[in-house]
Amino acid sequence: MTDVDLQVMWNRLLALVEEQAQTLIRAAFSPIVRESGDISAGIFDAEGRMLAQAVTGTPGHINTMAEAVKMLCGRFPSQTLRPGDICMTNDPWLASGHLNDFLLMMPAFVDGQIVGYAACTSHLADLGGRGMGPEGTDVFDEGLLIPPCKLVEEGRINALLLEIVKANSREPVANEGDVYALIACCEAGVSRLTAMLLEFGHDDLNMLGHYIIETSRRGTVQAIADVPSGTYRNSLIVDGYDAPITLAAALHVSADHIVLDFDGTSDCSPKGINVPLNYAAAYSVFALRCVIGPDIPNNAGSLGCFSVTGPPGCILNAQPPAPVAMRHTLGQMTPDLIYGCLVQAIPDRVPAEGASALYDLPIRHVAEVGHDPDQRFAVEFVHNGGTGARPTRDGLSATAFPSGVWGTQVEIAEATAPVVFGRRELRTDSGGAGRCRGGLGQRIDLSPANDHGFLLSLSVERMIYPAKGREGGHAGAPGRIRLGDRDVPGKGDIRINPGETLIFETPGGGGYGRPIDRDKELVRKDISDRNVSKSSAERDYGLEEPN
Amino acid sequence: MPVPDLSAAVDIGGTFTDTVIACADGGVLATSKVLTTVKDPADGALSGVMTALKDIDRSLADVAGFVHGTTLATNALIEKRGARVATVATEGFGDILEIAYERRHSQYDINIEKPDYLVPRRRSFAIRERVTVGGDVLVPLEEAQLPTLLENLDQCEAEAVAICLLHSYANPTHERRLANLIATARPEMAISISSEVSPEAREFDRMCTTVANAYVQPLMQGYLRSLSSLFQDKGLGCPILMMTASGGITTVETAMRLPVRLVESGPAGGAILAGRVARACGADQVVSLDVGGTTAKLCLIDDGRPQMARQFEIARAARFVKGSGMPVRIPVVEMIEIGAGGGSIAAVDQLGRLSVGPQSAGSDPGPVAFGKGGRDPTVTDADVLQGLVDAGRFAEGRLFIDSGAARFSLQQKIGEPLGLESVAAARGVSAIVDENMASAARVHAVESGKDLTKRTMIAFGGNGPLHATRVAEKAGISQIIIPVDPGVGSAVGFLNAPLSFEMVRSRYMTLDRLDFAVLKSTFDQMIREAEGFVRLGDKVSALIRQRSAFMRYKGQGHEIEVRLPDRDLKKDDLGELINAFEDEYRRQFSRPVPGMVIEVMNWGLSVSTPEKAPERSAEPVSRAKPVPQEHREIRIAAERVSAECHRREELDSGDLVQGPALITEPQTTTLVGPGWTAVVDDAGNLHLCRRGRA
Repeated sequence: MTDVDLQVMWNRLLALVEEQAQTLIRAAFSPIVRESGDISAGIFDAEGRMLAQAVTGTPGHINTMAEAVKMLCGRFPSQTLRPGDICMTNDPWLASGHLNDFLLMMPAFVDGQIVGYAACTSHLADLGGRGMGPEGTDVFDEGLLIPPCKLVEEGRINALLLEIVKANSREPVANEGDVYALIACCEAGVSRLTAMLLEFGHDDLNMLGHYIIETSRRGTVQAIADVPSGTYRNSLIVDGYDAPITLAAALHVSADHIVLDFDGTSDCSPKGINVPLNYAAAYSVFALRCVIGPDIPNNAGSLGCFSVTGPPGCILNAQPPAPVAMRHTLGQMTPDLIYGCLVQAIPDRVPAEGASALYDLPIRHVAEVGHDPDQRFAVEFVHNGGTGARPTRDGLSATAFPSGVWGTQVEIAEATAPVVFGRRELRTDSGGAGRCRGGLGQRIDLSPANDHGFLLSLSVERMIYPAKGREGGHAGAPGRIRLGDRDVPGKGDIRINPGETLIFETPGGGGYGRPIDRDKELVRKDISDRNVSKSSAERDYGLEEPN
Repeated sequence: MPVPDLSAAVDIGGTFTDTVIACADGGVLATSKVLTTVKDPADGALSGVMTALKDIDRSLADVAGFVHGTTLATNALIEKRGARVATVATEGFGDILEIAYERRHSQYDINIEKPDYLVPRRRSFAIRERVTVGGDVLVPLEEAQLPTLLENLDQCEAEAVAICLLHSYANPTHERRLANLIATARPEMAISISSEVSPEAREFDRMCTTVANAYVQPLMQGYLRSLSSLFQDKGLGCPILMMTASGGITTVETAMRLPVRLVESGPAGGAILAGRVARACGADQVVSLDVGGTTAKLCLIDDGRPQMARQFEIARAARFVKGSGMPVRIPVVEMIEIGAGGGSIAAVDQLGRLSVGPQSAGSDPGPVAFGKGGRDPTVTDADVLQGLVDAGRFAEGRLFIDSGAARFSLQQKIGEPLGLESVAAARGVSAIVDENMASAARVHAVESGKDLTKRTMIAFGGNGPLHATRVAEKAGISQIIIPVDPGVGSAVGFLNAPLSFEMVRSRYMTLDRLDFAVLKSTFDQMIREAEGFVRLGDKVSALIRQRSAFMRYKGQGHEIEVRLPDRDLKKDDLGELINAFEDEYRRQFSRPVPGMVIEVMNWGLSVSTPEKAPERSAEPVSRAKPVPQEHREIRIAAERVSAECHRREELDSGDLVQGPALITEPQTTTLVGPGWTAVVDDAGNLHLCRRGRA
């Protein structure tokens, strides 16, 4: 067995997890899964170490699945598992940070022995409770929690469990469909894994697993060696639910390892914006890996060089039974927190702050028409602000980062919900001025197209504390939400009545470098592209003849 | 003077222009391969056709059918050589291109740029109007804004304009009116409207498609006019028909209106060829593998029909990364293309991992073994070192093969960093590139809900026959067909393409509440339009219609195409429709979901002339083992084996060759791997079969 043979198998494993992911996305019902790829799929060795994870998917699952499978392996020792069994849980502290994410794990057998596991995670549309919104006061408010259990035993689905999942949901049929999709994904992973071992004449994954983990660990250690050792601290103030929250971090970089500590971070919020540590770690490690060894695949070797900790009870290490439904709002702010540390070590490789948290619009029918199936609806439109300027490039306008979701198309939105968009345009001057300009936010005008209006559950950030610039770059414009001429806070439920218009403005990204140093040609181009107004060109960029 | 009885096909590629001349029964009489004349591609086409005709002592006047495919539109999009386009959108929605899907195509790359959608914000204009999702007018078209719009168009010196108004697929009157107003005021302006180019919901995709159409329109109109008059002047008496991305052909008039449909027509020709070979050989489940110098293209073919798609991405920035290009919604033969070909460069990365492609040495400088200045080891160099390329016969003996240089470069760039001797390094390069092709095929099959292992592979292109058995083994495939003339496959495919027009229209309905009247009028109108396009090229043939519905469970994102009967639907059809959908769903996802509402997003129609069915070739029967020309030592997997060498033109029907063996012909070599057997059928196709697996 040469290294090249092992590499061929490694490539096969990476293709195999993509096949798993495609199976899941194609069969999924939850719109956030099919439109945004909010899933994860991976292959693990017999000890539960992750060997490969699909690139398809959002960063929210990057570390979480790797840790969750280890835990499930401990909970279900190999002698208790049979071929065709599938274990599952949606415990936010074990799976992926909130109840909507289901994690499934299936053992793969060769000659009666477990050789590895296929696992996958995806977001189910609804699990009852107060649903996807920040209004729950504890996790029990937020819906149904299923502790680790066997969802499938030797190929037979646990019918009672499926009935419970359906009976506790506003979207029972979609939930059942999504559970089927997850099962199909596990089965695809296991059957292809065993077929691969057969083809290559291997009885187990030991040699391949060792090779993958060692190669990836070595590469990651090399990348970490390029970052000067030391401790780098940063803190970030974010809007929070009803009071500002401090996120704090210390990044300890040693020769071959990086430890991130959230010590100093505010305590939990009474509302559902708290973040279990597994989820905060997912986005944090993602942010680090974007800069440190981005080409190295995710597996136990590359991820093992990073560890994340935080005082229990702080908002980035929320403990049960804290409400966590909207954990992504602050989870997605952690990259900005960490880049504020990392920039001290490697100043030329880190972007300015961006809008970061999604600006999503989960809307549903008003309560009084809930009895009428023709008027019931619940959809989530996904939108974004601008990303932070990079050291040598402008930020991206209306683009998701760190999340990997896709934005919604107006024509599809209007086909799936009784709404009409009056406008969707970039906001001139919303990108932070700088040598490299921050990405622009966008403005969306939204009105009811029915006789009753609709409900909106908001959980967005950067309405009060905008994205800061770096190296003299200016901050991006904050987000702003209005109902007619009345300003609305960024978190909580509101109702939009017929005749009213919601004006939804997403934040801009921060600038990088002093605006005065920006190439004047670029400033003139920005004026003709309406990215920058003439007055801002004069005031911020010092352009003397804006014409 | 003889009656015109010849047909001609010309495929203009990036490097070569291929011509095939066939007689009335489809038999190939002559072929030619000349260099593409980049400055005026029509010149190369003319010289290619004249060269081939001269070989058989005939003239252009003898040509009764002429089919043409070109990469001109594709290259203009990739090389950004199109017209200066301005867009017009609904007021308030002028940033459709800038906002796009709000995503990055590469998760971990923080220095990424969004793709270039060809129209900057300063050439994006808007006009007051609004149509609802149901097609009702909410705000009438504000014609008073026209003077300002014209002034803006003039000021930015727009040469073409792309109009894409919200929900115009449901009600095109505003777009048509606006196009008329602009055309009247600016007669020289090329105008594309989204409701004609791509009448489907999703404003970003529709805008991109319309922009791409507008971008290549002035160029393609000029080219097609000069091509037509050039060939007419030289005596061509029949109209020129154009190959489209869908694998059908269309008239020059239609091509000038919808030039975006001409992109990627060459590879579509290859898929058409593979489809015909599949039918002739009775292979109902096929994957075609077309490996050239830079890329490999794979297509799934069921019952002789290449798989179709409604979307394609052009000019990907990160060459093969999904989402890094510009989406166009046109009917296309569904293919995946990966950076794996003879010229793909092998390298060792900082982790010590061996990678192959997507960078290619192309034809210039080309592989190291060609001795034209290439320094980086390529797939072809690895094949040379494994003894798979006959140095004396390669490229009809016109190219000297320097195997010493190939060995040195593989040793230095691959062997040393990995601690391998050069032949082992070569085997590694092959293993990686073959694995890449097999993996791409597997993932593509999964994305399409198909099983790969039961399929027959049809391999062609300069490097397809050489890698076919190795890729097949990795993909779990045990049957391969190598067609006749695998090197000019695309042009041969053109000759057999039907005249056709395909369209898809968005009209959202749930299956439990189909509006049969709306459906009837939608289809009636689509039939009128599509037949109108086909009738431009054929006034007499009976036309074949295929209606379809793109269905999914309410709430899902992926649609399944269900074929419909060619008549108006009625209530009694519902049960049949649900069954058809659930059967297909069960096939793809093992179980249907009970109690779920089914919705229809889009309705499709394809109109085409009948295709001449290929002659069914008999099952190959092995009768004889031919005496090999020679034996050569080759290196396959870890073994050093002695391979029989045969010349393809000397093999007869029924001849059986046991692998390991090499079957050479002027443009390519077929490797019959160890464990494989090749048999020649009546039509001359090679059937490769993995022993013990059939």
